Amino acid sequence: MKLSLNWLRDYVDVDLPVPELARLLIDATAEVESWETIGAGWDPERIRVAEVVAIAPHPDADRLRLATVETGAGRQQVVCGAPNLEVGQKVAFATEGAELIDGHTGKPSKLKLRPIRGVESAGMVLSEKELGLSDAHEGILVLPATAKVGRPLVEELGDVVFDISTWANRADLLGVLGFGRELSAITGAALREPARDHRESETKAADMVSVTIEDPDLCLRFTASVIEDVTVGPSPAWMQERLLRLGMRPINNVVDITNYVMLETGQPLHAFDYDQVRDKRIVARRAKPGERLTTLDGIDRELDPEMLVICDGGGPVGIGGIMGGGKSEVSEKTKTVLLEVANFKRGSIRRSSGILKLRTEASLRFEKGIGPAMAEYAQHRALHLFEQLSGGRVTKGLVDIYPGETPRGTILVTAARIEQVLGIAIPANDVRRILTGLGYGVQDVPPATFSVQPPGWRPDLEIPDDVIEDLGRIYGYDKLPTTMLEGRLPDPEPNPLRDLRERVRDLAVGLGFQEIITYTLTELPKLARAVDPSDALRLAPLGVVNPVASQYAYLRTSMRPALLETYAANRRHQDGPLRLFEIGFEYLPVEADLPHERTVLCALIGGTREARWSGTAGERLDFFDAKGAVEAVFDALGVREAYSATSHFGLLEGHTADVVAGKEHVGVVAQVHPDLAASFEIDEPVFLVELWLEEMVRVLPERPEYAAPSRFPEVRQDIALLLDAATPAARVLEVVRSHRSGGVRLSGDIFDEYRGEGIPEGQKSLAVRLRYQAEDRTLTDADVAKVQAGLLKRLGNEAGATLRGG
Amino acid sequence: MGELAPDNWHLVAGGWWPTASPTALSLTSGPLYTQDSMIDSALIPPGLEAEALGALASAADEAAIEAWRVQWLGRQDGRLTALLRSVKEQPVESRAAFGAAANELKRKLESALADRNEAIRKEALRELSTSAALDVTLPGRPQAIGRLHPVTQTMRDIVKAFEEMGFRVAEGPEVEWDRYNFDAARIPEDHPARDMWDTIWVNTLIDGKRSMLLRTHTTPNQIRVMERTPEPPIRVIVPGKCYRQEATDATHEWMLTQIEALAVGEGVRMSDLKGVLYGMARKLFGNDRKIIFHHSYFPFVEPGVEMAMDCFICRGSGSDCRTCHGTGWIEILGAGMVHPEIIDKAGYDSSKHTGFALGIGVERVALLRWGIEDIRHFYQNDLRFLAQF
Ligand SMILES: [Zn+2]
Repeated sequence: MKLSLNWLRDYVDVDLPVPELARLLIDATAEVESWETIGAGWDPERIRVAEVVAIAPHPDADRLRLATVETGAGRQQVVCGAPNLEVGQKVAFATEGAELIDGHTGKPSKLKLRPIRGVESAGMVLSEKELGLSDAHEGILVLPATAKVGRPLVEELGDVVFDISTWANRADLLGVLGFGRELSAITGAALREPARDHRESETKAADMVSVTIEDPDLCLRFTASVIEDVTVGPSPAWMQERLLRLGMRPINNVVDITNYVMLETGQPLHAFDYDQVRDKRIVARRAKPGERLTTLDGIDRELDPEMLVICDGGGPVGIGGIMGGGKSEVSEKTKTVLLEVANFKRGSIRRSSGILKLRTEASLRFEKGIGPAMAEYAQHRALHLFEQLSGGRVTKGLVDIYPGETPRGTILVTAARIEQVLGIAIPANDVRRILTGLGYGVQDVPPATFSVQPPGWRPDLEIPDDVIEDLGRIYGYDKLPTTMLEGRLPDPEPNPLRDLRERVRDLAVGLGFQEIITYTLTELPKLARAVDPSDALRLAPLGVVNPVASQYAYLRTSMRPALLETYAANRRHQDGPLRLFEIGFEYLPVEADLPHERTVLCALIGGTREARWSGTAGERLDFFDAKGAVEAVFDALGVREAYSATSHFGLLEGHTADVVAGKEHVGVVAQVHPDLAASFEIDEPVFLVELWLEEMVRVLPERPEYAAPSRFPEVRQDIALLLDAATPAARVLEVVRSHRSGGVRLSGDIFDEYRGEGIPEGQKSLAVRLRYQAEDRTLTDADVAKVQAGLLKRLGNEAGATLRGG
Repeated sequence: MGELAPDNWHLVAGGWWPTASPTALSLTSGPLYTQDSMIDSALIPPGLEAEALGALASAADEAAIEAWRVQWLGRQDGRLTALLRSVKEQPVESRAAFGAAANELKRKLESALADRNEAIRKEALRELSTSAALDVTLPGRPQAIGRLHPVTQTMRDIVKAFEEMGFRVAEGPEVEWDRYNFDAARIPEDHPARDMWDTIWVNTLIDGKRSMLLRTHTTPNQIRVMERTPEPPIRVIVPGKCYRQEATDATHEWMLTQIEALAVGEGVRMSDLKGVLYGMARKLFGNDRKIIFHHSYFPFVEPGVEMAMDCFICRGSGSDCRTCHGTGWIEILGAGMVHPEIIDKAGYDSSKHTGFALGIGVERVALLRWGIEDIRHFYQNDLRFLAQF
């Protein structure tokens, strides 16, 4: 919505600097986005109002004329080429040195006078272009007849135009008058309402036209008036200028009046050529199936039976509240005008304009909800202007069909509720002042209650808290104290999955992984590359109807594509190690219900290890780096996990492990299959970790298993085992870790695997570091030997392992 | 080993120490070679002390010193050990003197050995600080360090600020029913307020209706929290991703992160909303922050406000400040008192229970606090961007 400061000043005196005015409006009324100052560059000394008093031909040029202008400080002669120059016009007159826009180059320049075809010129009569108002350079700018000769043009024509976002429930702020009312309430300055008085002829409007509302649920009120003997022509300069300033094109005085009153009051109006109205009968009804109408914009439209149409005796002539039809449009030949000012149900207008894909100035206002009282207000305002500007005679009375009339509502607002909601008591005097200023009726109901009637143009006011908002915003939220919540704290609601998720996030970061956040929407081909073709669930992701782009049309059922894409994108401009992770959702469809949003950590690593000073420069990160990270996570969480060789789609067989903890399959660690990696433009080994947090949370111990550190020394012993190459190392560790003997605890780690020279074909050697610990004593060599013997026996039986060189 | 560590260095706990090398040694400690009148040369073979000390002085490395130790002081065959053993062979009358002299010589040699070792250790240390001094301006060995995404960091900071004020976190689904996203939040179909949330709809028909969407705000989860809370008080924050059917530009993303807060109970006032927001603004943007409310409109609150904070960059003085565009104020979030209709629909009594709600865009806060110029950086996941936070 655009708001002209000059226009606003018709209704309320505003003397504040513009930024302060904007601040007041932002604080209490609506969002001022920006403003534009018109005439900021007009030198008040050199550009003033003048009147053309005489015109004579140029002695030497057919297309030029000599104009004599009264400048207020004497008469001057100027040479002028404008075809529209006429005696009696008020014009903008510039003297030597004025800063103007050059009419030909469009660039700022300083006016330099020189003789034109031998005739001296004392100044220049200006076009809109030269003033920077528009691109019009055909003729001179003609000022309103009321312009005062000699006055600086900036005072006469300068303006500030605000660009304002108003709220979805305030149609009244889509009219300049609405802001007048707000400012009057904010500053206390008196409100001057626009003139609505007019004479009436003997002819009764009701005798000239009949109005019927067949669907009162969609049309709450319909008023009609008739103006006879109208002379259609251009509207006066001041009106055209205001329309233009707020972004509307002047058409003729009849149409301009309807638009002007709409911009003024927020209430749309529609003018018909009365003589084109068939049967002199207006009916507001739902459209019939298959009914069509060619609207003013020349488009033939199919109407929906839920749309309200305005019909005359011959059929539809307009879509109520949205756009009129071409047939009954006002033209130069129009003599009698039928003026419709109606009120429509807002939801219906919005739905209809959605179906038609047609948003108009009228529909944008109606859909926000206009008070039905405004129809009558706008009628009289328009009739006043018709009488003034069209020469027409207003017939007697309005035809006013008002099925939606409801008694003016009363809302009871207690001082206690004001304080309960705002946290501050507003003095009764201020309550009365603010509400009266906004147009409410206010009565005191002792003790400490106000009975208020909201103004007719504010259908948004329904409950006491609506009134309290009006009080709060005008009284000023800056007066609210700053207090802290009091009272009982609510019961906690545990969320172990969230707690785990945040712990794992911290662990991943601690292990050197960079967190990323990728889009949760993807496209089918990408998913299909990464997801097992037999995984019907993940290959039937939920789609969206209106994606922002085609590559974001499906809710991801796997995070792998986004991670691989991100890996590839970063590899393009970064050497060295990459360690990425994201914790997010897979969106798994559920029949006739919201999808399962499954919490998953997905991580990728690859590239060469951090190099520079280490002896391992150039060495690649590998499977065991990925697995080491997983082990560290589970270790920190106090979960004992196990790994087993497996194969999965998209992962390289022989380099893939399932991660199991307790009875839960909690994730996977693997080398991404080179084919899958290549399909995401990754041409190096890249390793994947996926941890399934919903499964992990089920095996998470409530607290770590704690045992006091032993006071007795532990005995360490390295042994080398020889066993079948196919036996997983995990089996050896299982035996070691489960071995108990005579109160001695045993733990072990594998620190090397060796195959090759010195080891028989088909076998491997594992180097194991054993640690023996007793709770109650210092172990002797004999103790250790005894435990070891038992362990080696079990290793032989259960893992086929023998002591190497033993 | 790296290039600064010569081959003959070995790792001892705590740092690089050199082993003794012939070229690196010079003898700087006091005279090792003395004639001591205490030793009775009549009893001890003459020249023995001089021989031992001379040999020690020419033992240039650890191995030679060790060999010297074994040769002279070794428990089995050390020459001095043998000498001491030979006390029995001495005539009875000179045994005591011989023993004393031999013991004195042993003490002397032991002391010389200790001095010799200490001299070598000192020399090695001196060398570490001189010819083996590091160029400490060379870069360190790179370590892997991960970082949280700036949106996560900001999210956590906001969550923490609210948790400290007694709020707890509740999360809800991103894919929602339209009923929770709109209707229950007083945004019926055909209401122009729906324009404030351009919606991405899910392509599922259930009973012939398209009713599933990507939530446009986290408000539906406020409704869910109220639904499962039979009786106030409620103090909850609902964080999570939201989606808008919107063209992206430097300030708009179609995927965004929101944190909404909801407090419902007896005596919850708008001034408390101000207090909570004040607390949050100070925790996130510094203790000297000021906040103000402007009038605003959201269908689910009444009154509705927008909160602005004084500019923490220019503190209101910069007419060309990029952060506040010279206004001195930064719009941060929308808030208001929960609409009584929503309180009543939750089964509470709006005449008794009041509430406030607020919603913060996490990306917006992140943009502001780090002066990031384009919101699109967040989800492009360029490490050159992410590694800066
Ligand atoms: Zn600033």
